[in-house]
Amino acid sequence: MSNKMHVKLNVNGEDHEFLAEPRELLIYALREKLNLTGPHVGCETSHCGACTVTMNGKSVKSCTVFVAQADGAEITTIEGLGSPGALHVLQEAFKEHHGLQCGFCTPGMITRAAKLLEENPNPTEAEVRFGIAGNICRCTGYQNIVKSILAAATELNAAKEAAQ
Amino acid sequence: MIPAAFEYYRPKDMAGVIALLQEHGDDARVVAGGHSLIPMMKLRMAEVPHLIDLQGIDGLGGITIKDGAVRIGAMTTQHEIITSQALADAAPIMKEAALQIADPQVRYMGTVGGNVANGDPGNDMPGLMQCLDAQFHLTGPDGDRAVAARDFYEAAYMTERADDEVLTAVTFATPVGGHAYEKQKRKIGDYATAAAAVQISKAGGKVATASIAMTNLSDTPIWSQAAGAALLGTDCGEAANKAAVAAMLDDIDPTEDNRGPVAFKRHAAGIVLGRAIARAWSRA
Ligand SMILES: Cc1cc2nc3c(=O)[nH]c(=O)nc-3n(C[C@H](O)[C@H](O)[C@H](O)COP(=O)(O)OP(=O)(O)OC[C@H]3O[C@@H](n4cnc5c(N)ncnc54)[C@H](O)[C@@H]3O)c2cc1C
Ligand code: FES
Ligand code: FES
Repeated sequence: MSNKMHVKLNVNGEDHEFLAEPRELLIYALREKLNLTGPHVGCETSHCGACTVTMNGKSVKSCTVFVAQADGAEITTIEGLGSPGALHVLQEAFKEHHGLQCGFCTPGMITRAAKLLEENPNPTEAEVRFGIAGNICRCTGYQNIVKSILAAATELNAAKEAAQ
Repeated sequence: MIPAAFEYYRPKDMAGVIALLQEHGDDARVVAGGHSLIPMMKLRMAEVPHLIDLQGIDGLGGITIKDGAVRIGAMTTQHEIITSQALADAAPIMKEAALQIADPQVRYMGTVGGNVANGDPGNDMPGLMQCLDAQFHLTGPDGDRAVAARDFYEAAYMTERADDEVLTAVTFATPVGGHAYEKQKRKIGDYATAAAAVQISKAGGKVATASIAMTNLSDTPIWSQAAGAALLGTDCGEAANKAAVAAMLDDIDPTEDNRGPVAFKRHAAGIVLGRAIARAWSRA
């Protein structure tokens, strides 16, 4: 019963292939097989959003996806958005506006926010709050997270305009 | 939170799905978005030795609106329902309800088919489908058939669907008049303490048709014929609203759980339904 299968994932632009039991949760494959420890395990019950990654263009809770379902998928984690030397606009904004305290929720929060801004580049405050409702933060009270995302939206739009 | 081991299949066509369901009977289940099934498997409340993924099957997605009818493929996600302008124009209650289900991440994965086939009394789509008098389309070894949403639910997790049948689509006539989906929940991402789906149409200032269903107040969704009838021919004012609520309260049978005792749930049901009727009428 515990037959392993070949799983292929494209994560942050790189192809990976490994053996895994179908029941392995995507979050553990990312963290333990591919060493991508950005996405966190907060609740493991589909509620907190700390494990959020982008899979085939959707924000998903990777604790609620079997690795077998993800076979063949394209995935982006926080590691694919920016790096310490070249922060993503959202990472820069979170740093600037105190969008994090302990940082535990931050990778999921920013990965979700990136998708939100891709779909809705000019969100209102209410739309930001509704759009990150699947991500729980125990520290900040959300105020500065919302501020950071709105600031990043302005920044991204200005950059887009400048490029045109 | 590690589920029991299982064999995983991703067939390329429906014949392959049905063959696997026939071969493994009770031991097999299909998985759509997985956002009801996987949590149950992680808790080991569901054991599924053979898991059949529907993601490789063509033709199970898509929203079609034609000749006064709406068809939503089983694998259509709640996110797709929210972002379909055509559906928002034809049946705005779908979007209003979908926005109140779970949270953004869950809505990218959760499908209409999974939501209605699951049989969890907490799911929002079954009551909504009963309000819209939808048909559920099933395919199995003996061919295709349709079952009315109002006849589909037998008890919690018990439905008319046979183990070797797959739900392919839901269809309903484009609703007329005003709509409202009203839901009381403890927080975003929670199932309903009480939820109401209401469609009302108006003629000559009076209620011409009314359809009312509620969620999570019984072990199945409750479409109350009497509640709708209480509004017919009235001006949908306070007295009619109260009569409809009273009729619905006669038909529900909530149980005590972590969302509150029975008296509280009945109270919440009355408030939620009263608001939904008023809002639907204001849009009729
Ligand atoms: C945190 C959280 C909050 C949630 N809140 C809500 C909420 O407020 N309201 C709500 O309604 N739902 C809620 N859900 C559930 C969510 O909407 C589910 O996604 C949905 O109920 C099931 O859809 P699915 O595609 O994920 O189905 P799955 O989990 O894949 O399947 C569910 C069941 O249906 C069966 N099934 C699936 N597709 C078919 C098919 N085509 N034919 C036959 N059988 C099929 C499966 O075998 C399984 O038994 C929540 C889920 C989570 C994780
Ligand atoms: S760890 Fe996945 S939602 Fe909390
Ligand atoms: S910063 Fe600590 S949980 Fe969000």
